[in-house]
Amino acid sequence: MNRFFVFVRKEFYHILRDRRTLLILFGIPLAQVLLFGFALTNEIKDARIAILDQDKSVYSKEIGNRLLSSGYFKLAGYLQSPKQLEAIFRKGQIKLALVFPPGFSDDWQHGKKTQIQILADASEQNTAIALNGYASAIIQDFAANATGGSRPMSIEIASRMVFNPNLKGAFVFVPGVMAMVLLLVSAMMTSITLAREKETGTMEVLFVSPLNQIQIILGKVIPYLVLSFINGCVILLLGVFVLGMPMAGNLILLLAETLLFIFLSLSIGIFISSITNSQVVAMFMSLMILLMPTIFLSGFIFPIESMPVFLQYFSNIIPAKYFINIVKGIMIKGIGLSYLIRETLILLGMAALFILLSLRNLKTRVS
Amino acid sequence: MSTVIANNLTKKFGPFTATDSITFQVERGEIFGFLGANGAGKTTAIRMLCGLLRPSSGEAQVAGYDVYRQADKIKERIGYMSQKFSLYEDLSIRENIKFYGGIYGLSRPVIKEKTQHIIEELQLENVVDKLVGSLPLGWKQRLAFSVALVHDPEVVFLDEPTGGVDPLTRRQFWEMIYAAAARGTTIFITTHYMDEAEYCNRVSIMVDGKIQALDTPTGLKKSFGVDSMDGVFQILARGTSTKG
Repeated sequence: MNRFFVFVRKEFYHILRDRRTLLILFGIPLAQVLLFGFALTNEIKDARIAILDQDKSVYSKEIGNRLLSSGYFKLAGYLQSPKQLEAIFRKGQIKLALVFPPGFSDDWQHGKKTQIQILADASEQNTAIALNGYASAIIQDFAANATGGSRPMSIEIASRMVFNPNLKGAFVFVPGVMAMVLLLVSAMMTSITLAREKETGTMEVLFVSPLNQIQIILGKVIPYLVLSFINGCVILLLGVFVLGMPMAGNLILLLAETLLFIFLSLSIGIFISSITNSQVVAMFMSLMILLMPTIFLSGFIFPIESMPVFLQYFSNIIPAKYFINIVKGIMIKGIGLSYLIRETLILLGMAALFILLSLRNLKTRVS
Repeated sequence: MSTVIANNLTKKFGPFTATDSITFQVERGEIFGFLGANGAGKTTAIRMLCGLLRPSSGEAQVAGYDVYRQADKIKERIGYMSQKFSLYEDLSIRENIKFYGGIYGLSRPVIKEKTQHIIEELQLENVVDKLVGSLPLGWKQRLAFSVALVHDPEVVFLDEPTGGVDPLTRRQFWEMIYAAAARGTTIFITTHYMDEAEYCNRVSIMVDGKIQALDTPTGLKKSFGVDSMDGVFQILARGTSTKG
């Protein structure tokens, strides 16, 4: 029997028998993709709004109708006076209110500057920003159409925030979740499984056996490479077929880049296990130095551009940042390898660095 | 024929000499006790003999192979068991035997035959497909020993194999050691229990990286003028600063 095959088979036994491992491997990715894809999306539907129409003209009605037929907003009711605004916001019944000042349509028709006020419930900051953006875009669109482009647009919206109303949540989250899950599974699971062999003393016996170190590490890591790759494919399938991600670019290139990222994650896992002998330490190191920065600093949830300058520099050492760029580039923009060469080289370089560091650590421990 | 030969074997870690020019020979089928306080250099010596650690100087041969040039060959021909018993708790008894047989390159039929032999010898017929984690400590220990012998090694290194096990189980374990030695397997054992040192054919005692005494238990007791191995150990260990 082939020694290496025997070793890999044993590793599959470990994985398939440990319910926690299985859950982390397959449960968490599924839950995360669906959660981030559906629940945590920053695309908002049917937000409740109130309209205070002090103008009561054809134009103000038209603008109101356009908002309500956009699919983003649902009417909670018409208000009669500005005094009602505060109360209805306090009760949390609406997310947004639209206020037409008296004489709005007269001013507008005569080419004077007019204002429509948008009030948003900013206790949920991101929702407020998004809704404000949707409403602004719809109103400006109306203004541009109504004037036929012949007159300069003269409705001023009391907001300067800009948001792309076509931006779908899934486009942002699927690459991020993929990076996070692959990192979690590959790096954390391999570092834990290697630390476990050390903790139970079986690593000693493996070192005394005819298997060499490279075989031992490869044997431990290959099952996770296979499972992570399956995981990555499942996330991609969910992203495209359930969450409606586009697949504009080359699938082979995307899969190759995914393998590269998995390889990098595994090398980080090996590195972590080369500096600790304890499963608990390995897990916490994975969580603290990998997962948290990946979530917060990779641009997955918070845009890198809006971070303090110090953190922007720091984000450059987060592997997931480059992988997210690659996935977005291939899936959404459909760009090829020539545009992604920088990101690819950085990931390759990082993988090489971690492999070298791990080998050095192993060597100093043995001799 | 000597299975283990060490000649002025030395290992230095920087300025610290862990193993200082030790010399001994272990004969085929001999039970050789390798004693010493913690930190005396036993583990370093064993790691060099197992091909895990490159000696700084001196010579050593295990199973006829040189530790510098033929470490791979040595690894094929030795068995190893530590006080952690080193079995996979989430694998069944059968799977553990299959795994360790497999990584030593045994063929399927040989592994099958070995498995049969081990479960008969240890009377594990009813639990062979149970996970090792569910077995009592004493069973695990004997199974770990059998697994360390699965590829018929010429010498088996036992690093404190009886730690944390009750006296009755320890006695059963020593019966297995005697049986293996009688079949021609060389036993190289470290222990903290001085009564176990009495069971060995010959005993070496290391203090601060050096072998301070090497003889049969009877010979050692006679030359130190005491009536137990514990007495010998006390005399040797008291003269040094190394404490367990």
